[in-house]
Amino acid sequence: MDDAVTPSLEVAGLAFAYPDGQQALFGVDFTVARGERVALLGPNGAGKTTLVLHLNGILTAGAGTVTVAGLPVGKRHMAEIRRRVGIVFQDPDDQLFMPTVREDVAFGPAAAGMKGAELEQRVRTALESVGMADFADRPPHHLSFGQRRRVAVATVLAMEPEILVLDEPSSNLDPASRRELADILRSLDVTVLMVTHDLPYALELCPRALILSEGVIAADGKTGELLSDDALMRAHRLELPFGFDPRSVTMGA
Amino acid sequence: MGAGHAHRLYRHGHSPVHALPPHTKLAAVFAFVVVVVSTPREAMWAFGLYAALLACVAYTARVPAGFLLRRLLIEVPFVAFAVLMPFVAEGDQVTVLGVQLSVNGLWGAWNVLAKGTLGVAASVLLAATTELRELLLGLQRLKLPPLLVQIASFMIRYGDVITDEMRRMRIARESRGFEARGIRHWGVLAKSAGALFIRSYERGERVHLAMVSRGYTGSMPVIDEVTASRAQWSYALALPCAALVVCLLGWTL
Repeated sequence: MDDAVTPSLEVAGLAFAYPDGQQALFGVDFTVARGERVALLGPNGAGKTTLVLHLNGILTAGAGTVTVAGLPVGKRHMAEIRRRVGIVFQDPDDQLFMPTVREDVAFGPAAAGMKGAELEQRVRTALESVGMADFADRPPHHLSFGQRRRVAVATVLAMEPEILVLDEPSSNLDPASRRELADILRSLDVTVLMVTHDLPYALELCPRALILSEGVIAADGKTGELLSDDALMRAHRLELPFGFDPRSVTMGA
Repeated sequence: MGAGHAHRLYRHGHSPVHALPPHTKLAAVFAFVVVVVSTPREAMWAFGLYAALLACVAYTARVPAGFLLRRLLIEVPFVAFAVLMPFVAEGDQVTVLGVQLSVNGLWGAWNVLAKGTLGVAASVLLAATTELRELLLGLQRLKLPPLLVQIASFMIRYGDVITDEMRRMRIARESRGFEARGIRHWGVLAKSAGALFIRSYERGERVHLAMVSRGYTGSMPVIDEVTASRAQWSYALALPCAALVVCLLGWTL
């Protein structure tokens, strides 16, 4: 497809104010290279979700640009942008709106005009990659929360996105589901931007992290180094869980 | 299709009636009801024949009589009105067991009762042999306005989610010592209903966001195309055609 040099995601000078005048983003700049897994950290109310909604053009910036694999986000390429940017929302009940898992996963590709055997194949591949192929004909509300979150990831994977954006992927998951999801995310060959305040999870999955605080990128670096910087963490209301020391964690790869 | 979404009304089976495509069944039931309603009420034998036709369908569908009769009880509140008619209608009177009854009223009651029962029986058979999900596909195939089909589809998907939310709110109320006793507590219940409405409304917005993110532009993509062969159509339409013959006889005899 594209060459490896074009970054998956490029955000430049992004500023946004809600219609009521409340400013949420004050010039955000960052780049995510192809194949990277990056965590976007920030306290509640830092503008994380607002930023996410800019990535596929649901919200449009007052100033600045978002570019996905070389394609600027804007009215002209909206359909293509939404195919390239796969957002997994926080509540899987919001994301899974079709009567069965299979139809839900098929929704995105079908909306893009795919049908027949090709569509079936796409659905099967996506469900297999999250280990949910056996649940294709189940209605979403008969699944456990962890299973629903995995199906939500599959609904987005079915669109073969350039970048996978996860909004608080670990929220409400028990430790086993959390680990299962981590294994799945590690096994995927796709660029990931993970929005979270679950710091150990970010450290586990993402070599690089950004800190979004008060509408700007306050720090950008290796996740382990950022989490070990006490002053930085305190300044942005980020706290590690009790007893967790990022320096003591040895990362595999 | 999967066995997951089994509604209470649905009776799982593999009969020839179960196997018919949903839109042919919908069309057949609709045509049958129209024919029944347009039969003159004086042709009492015709209604007997209609009932026999439905019994044949039930036999082919392997729906037991007891199941069918129990489901028919749903009709009771609606026909209570019919029972009153002989007592209140004007016109010629007859005396049955010492009670003055109106002849017109008796015919009216018979009319409502017979046609209503046949209509409900046909619908119960349809519901017992067709899954909800399939019914929606059938309606979509019959070119019902897509908005209506979408609303029905969301109702199925989110009915349980909202019931669950309602249950959690009730538990939260009761955990704080609230018990609905009498009219003074209705205010609290009304406020809960209002809160539930707002929560559901907000969920609707989030669901819409998730849909738009996956390329929704106003119409649902067709994922499962239902088709019917000529043989299946003629098999399904055997019921209304037989009924039509009975109806025509009813008018001419």
